[in-house]
Amino acid sequence: MANGSYYNSFYLIFIPLLPLLGAMINGFFGAVIQTKLDKFYIHFVAIATVVTSFVLSLAGFIKLAADDSVLAIYTNAWTFLSIGSLKVDVAFILDPLSAVMCLVITFVGSLIHIYSTGYMKDDEGYWRFFAYLNLFMFSMLVLVLADNFLVMFIGWEGVGLCSYLLIGFWYKDVNNAKAGVKAFIVNRIGDVGFVIGIFILFWTLASISSGSGAVYTPGSAIHAPNSYASLVFADIEKTLQDVSIRQVFVAKTLFNIPAVTLICIALFIGAMGKSAQIPLYVWLPDAMAGPTPVSALIHAATMVTAGVYMVARLHFLFALSPFAMTWVALFGAVTALFAATIGFFQYDIKKVLAYSTISQLGFMFIGVGVGAYSAGIFHLVTHAFFKACLFLCAGSVIIGCHHEQDMRKMGGLSLYMPKTNLAYLIACIAISGFPFFSGFFSKDDILYRAFINQNMVYPGMGILIWGIGMAAALCTAYYIFRSYFMTFTGVFRGDPANLPKESPKSITHVLLLLAFFSAIVGFSDMPEIFYMPNLFHHFLEPVFESSRGLLHFSRGSHALEWLLTGLSVMLAFLGAYAAFYLYKDAESRLPTRLLSFESKPVRWVYRLIYNKYYIDELYHITMVKLVMAIRLIFNWIDQHIIDALVNFAGFAGKLVGTVAGTADSKGVDGMVNATANTVFTAGANLIKIQTGRLRHYLGVALAGGVILVIVNYIFFN
Amino acid sequence: MMPQMTPSLVHFLIVGALLFACGILCVITRRNAVGVLMGVELILNSANINFLAFAHFSSQSLQGGIDGHVFALFCIVLAALECAVALAIVMAIYRNFNKTIDMEELTTLRE
Repeated sequence: MANGSYYNSFYLIFIPLLPLLGAMINGFFGAVIQTKLDKFYIHFVAIATVVTSFVLSLAGFIKLAADDSVLAIYTNAWTFLSIGSLKVDVAFILDPLSAVMCLVITFVGSLIHIYSTGYMKDDEGYWRFFAYLNLFMFSMLVLVLADNFLVMFIGWEGVGLCSYLLIGFWYKDVNNAKAGVKAFIVNRIGDVGFVIGIFILFWTLASISSGSGAVYTPGSAIHAPNSYASLVFADIEKTLQDVSIRQVFVAKTLFNIPAVTLICIALFIGAMGKSAQIPLYVWLPDAMAGPTPVSALIHAATMVTAGVYMVARLHFLFALSPFAMTWVALFGAVTALFAATIGFFQYDIKKVLAYSTISQLGFMFIGVGVGAYSAGIFHLVTHAFFKACLFLCAGSVIIGCHHEQDMRKMGGLSLYMPKTNLAYLIACIAISGFPFFSGFFSKDDILYRAFINQNMVYPGMGILIWGIGMAAALCTAYYIFRSYFMTFTGVFRGDPANLPKESPKSITHVLLLLAFFSAIVGFSDMPEIFYMPNLFHHFLEPVFESSRGLLHFSRGSHALEWLLTGLSVMLAFLGAYAAFYLYKDAESRLPTRLLSFESKPVRWVYRLIYNKYYIDELYHITMVKLVMAIRLIFNWIDQHIIDALVNFAGFAGKLVGTVAGTADSKGVDGMVNATANTVFTAGANLIKIQTGRLRHYLGVALAGGVILVIVNYIFFN
Repeated sequence: MMPQMTPSLVHFLIVGALLFACGILCVITRRNAVGVLMGVELILNSANINFLAFAHFSSQSLQGGIDGHVFALFCIVLAALECAVALAIVMAIYRNFNKTIDMEELTTLRE
């Protein structure tokens, strides 16, 4: 892609390459380094590579922010494949969107690497852990920096692999291994959707060019001279900006469904798997089996947001299909509320945070679903900070309480772990949306945009989604403060002989730094009502330029925005107060109260939510059982039909073999033996010539020479 | 009185051929390996005589060409080298084959 406003820089490939280098060093030589030298060298390599990537990303970010003429930084490493007119490069592009993602990934990633040196210090697989983490950083950076679908898919699969490896990090416990496999399989279901989406998109683009009315205009940035088929994001975006092509593209149908809707739905299924949305969210709570830094980095801050990133990256496609947008937003909203309610009654501190992550991802999908892409990405950023902070605090708490994850056995930890307490509190405030903390700005922006958007296929859908989102926000404030009060206030309920203690500095400093960012990062995107610059939104604007004309928002007023903001702040305080009221003395009375209710419906609801709506069980009796039943059917078919065929084939083969064998031993072998015998006899006779005496050889040679001369003289003279 | 005889090319060739025949005879009949080597020397020298004869009687020699002479010189040098190597081989044979250089005894090439 030769575009004048692209800035070519070879250094871009070092952003993903350095972590890969670290992964290779630790992966191949880590075991030796750990035993022969010191653990210091392992985390030195891992942290140094990631921090260098961060510095490079920061440099790229500054270049983009400072120089308005530069749309993106681009580098083409090498040509991946070239088939006919299709050419796919391993190319990386750092536009504002990927720059923001890179900064978040490398910054939070660096902090979590540092944190892990404290968290994993006694683990035998220290080198393995850092090798995996670095490999993950590489895959994630490839995913966000990819310039086309194929490279993105490499990253997409890479993060899935690393997620699997890290969930099952302590693989000696069979439950961890199972959780890893579950995550991998559920992700794979989503990946099928993603791949199908790419296929349909490619097919649709390719079929436009082959005589359907659209006229090709030379000079547009398309690789092949007579085809629109491409896997490069920027090319597809540019193609679809042409109004006549866009009309043909939108009118294309497949199975009587608009192709663009099929594409978007298929891609969204991929996003569902990766970003843990209903119905493919079930792997994420189980993924908490992995080490806590992994939960923070992969299953909260970065990998699970890949789906949101992908939808934002493909905004030019999603904007063409209001139907798909509606479903993205609706799935997001329902997931946000659904997962938030599950958080009510969980006792495992990491499970609460896992459901919270699912819920927050739902908010991001509301954002990108209603067309407020920069709002969705902004929530992604703020969420990365406060959720990483929450998870790392939880990790600190778990270590402090000697590997206890049950909140019923905690309580009063603010006395023993003051720094962790402070960080957790700030992150809680940020996630619940208390004014002027980061979650407040990002969540309100999303909900406000959902309220005023007009991109849904059904009228009033925006307000419905807003309503669900508000309810989810209320639930968020409640469950997160419930976890805070259960853990940090009241009296310690664990073993009094084994009191918790504060974590080492490598952990607490990271916590406080993340808490600081959770508090302030929101100021980079102030809403209009505060009359402050909207820096984040402004920075991302060029990326979403092409789809802006397709999206519609009603002209909201400041009064409306004030009203909605006030409402959501009230809900946040209400949720927090409810948690305070019920759990301030740290005795989780609510479940006991509910259970003591005589009325059956209340107990029934409690049981339902406590058991996570029995979704896992539902999957078990439907999908798993179905697969098992199908397995039985196949088994029967295998036994009775396939085996019969195989046996028959075997019998027939044997018969043919007998006949052929007879012919062979009698006929063919006879001839072969006869030939061999002849040669053998001849050889036995000819051996007599070979005397070994030099004079015989020489004499014969001389005689031959004389004969030749004579023959020559007689016949040719 | 015998007519005046100037040796022509044919005479030289006859001498060369006789020398060659002697060499071959020597190689074939001799039982001693050193004798065989002497025969080889005769064969080489018969070739040298041919070279020089042709060189002398060719039209080139009138114009001062010395190709044949150079060939012969090379041949002599090669013969010396070959002789050195061959005698070394004979020594090796003497040591390894039961202290003999009798060609009748040395039939291991057959195997």
